[in-house]
Amino acid sequence: MLEIKDLNVYYGVIHALKGLSLTVNDGELVSLIGSNGAGKTSTLHAISGLLPVASGSILLDGKDLLKTAPNKILSLGLAHVPEGRHVFARLTVEENLLMGAYIERNQKKIQENLEKIYSYFPRLKERYRQLAGTLSGGEQQMLATGRALMTNPSIVLMDEPSMGLSPLLVKEIFSIIGTLHENGITILLVEQNAKMALAVADRAYVLETGTITMSGIASALASDDRVRKAYLGQ
Amino acid sequence: MSTFFQTLIVGLRLGSIYALIALGYTMVYGIIRLINFAHGDFIMVGGYTVIFTIPLVLRLGAPAWVSVLAAVVVCALVGMSTELIAYRPVRKKGTNMTALITAIAMSLFLENLAQAIPVIGPNPKVSTQIFRAGGIRFGTVTMEYTTIFTLIISAVIMLVLYTFTQKTRLGRAMRCVSEDKAAATLMGINVNHTILLTFGIGSALAAVAALMYLAQYPKVYTTMGGLLGLKAFVSAVLGGIGIIPGAMLGGIVIGLVESFTTSYISSSMADTFVFLILIIVLVIKPAGILGKNVGEKV
Repeated sequence: MLEIKDLNVYYGVIHALKGLSLTVNDGELVSLIGSNGAGKTSTLHAISGLLPVASGSILLDGKDLLKTAPNKILSLGLAHVPEGRHVFARLTVEENLLMGAYIERNQKKIQENLEKIYSYFPRLKERYRQLAGTLSGGEQQMLATGRALMTNPSIVLMDEPSMGLSPLLVKEIFSIIGTLHENGITILLVEQNAKMALAVADRAYVLETGTITMSGIASALASDDRVRKAYLGQ
Repeated sequence: MSTFFQTLIVGLRLGSIYALIALGYTMVYGIIRLINFAHGDFIMVGGYTVIFTIPLVLRLGAPAWVSVLAAVVVCALVGMSTELIAYRPVRKKGTNMTALITAIAMSLFLENLAQAIPVIGPNPKVSTQIFRAGGIRFGTVTMEYTTIFTLIISAVIMLVLYTFTQKTRLGRAMRCVSEDKAAATLMGINVNHTILLTFGIGSALAAVAALMYLAQYPKVYTTMGGLLGLKAFVSAVLGGIGIIPGAMLGGIVIGLVESFTTSYISSSMADTFVFLILIIVLVIKPAGILGKNVGEKV
């Protein structure tokens, strides 16, 4: 379980997150929606230790992430698929996946996970020797997602997985997210595409200028008038 | 014809020394985008370590070149300390420009510190014979043992280094850190440790280069890293800075240019031609011979 309480983050002089609190229970798919600049990515960066936190607490299964070195967070079971994929362009597809398992020393486990990822994303298997930089946006998203799953994390943070993808690919990516969720993986999903994010999630939070303004069951939020007006364009 | 082959061999030997030094520049640049001006002075540190440990090594009954092991350790330590004490704190607080100026400062610091140490002092020191004298004759061409050893050792080192970066877990981690530090952190890679490792390897290569340089030109002085480092840096840029095979290729090209100019034109023109070639290549291909012309990602 991921518990964030009263989180404050500054970007220089800008107060990016103002007392943000949210919870993700085991097995849940929680969406964090909001417009550009609301602080969605900052939230995920704060969780992963990529952004310094001014005050507040972030607990993963009771362990204090703020006291954990950023490169040790993955070994606590939290993986992060960053915004813009951030695949290693000059490494091959397979090398990227192996990097996802950098902290795993057991070769047999690595091979098992590699096979599992290839079964989730057959397209990656077809292109395993190709440089990641030459993949299409959708394939890079699959690679970044697969890479994050290489250590069997207990929770995955996903940042804008639909960004820059064609509508058809957005559907495909969301169907993959749904499958991962059905397989019991806990997911915190950040999305500008509120419609898809609410459709796939169990619960959701609405973030506006660094503060949670609404939260609840995703389907209920999707039919809320304010959400429909502000985020669903209805 | 024998002049041609002799010149070719000299060029390859010189080039492989430049290549080993260029690798240090290129690896550090690749990982933190810093031109480590102090790298040339690591050669000096290696050179003095070799000179001072040779008597010890000989007393133990080992061949003189074994002293390179001490130089590798000392250079790696000096390189890693430079990163820890000087570069890392500046990188955290300052800009790329501050880091660059710190690198120039480190270079001057090492040179002056060496001069201030009584056993080193300002006067050059002469090394004893490092590899066995003489050579093997192939018709009219003589291959000195020094040349043979230099070529073999550098080829092996470059092969090992290339395999390390391409095929091992740590080598892959180095490539990841050089490409994307945030994403590397998310993979569980300790970015600072990886940078430190890069400095260690790069400086150790400078130690090996120092031994080979001494085998040919047996003189050590505190500013010896200046021009030597500069030419190696030129090699790295020529091949495409940040690219490991580029440093190897650039080093060999610069070595050949230097030796052919010396043989066929004039020894006093050798350095002129080295820098002329650099300018020509950079005008035609700004990213270097193996570099790809891609804009820096913002």
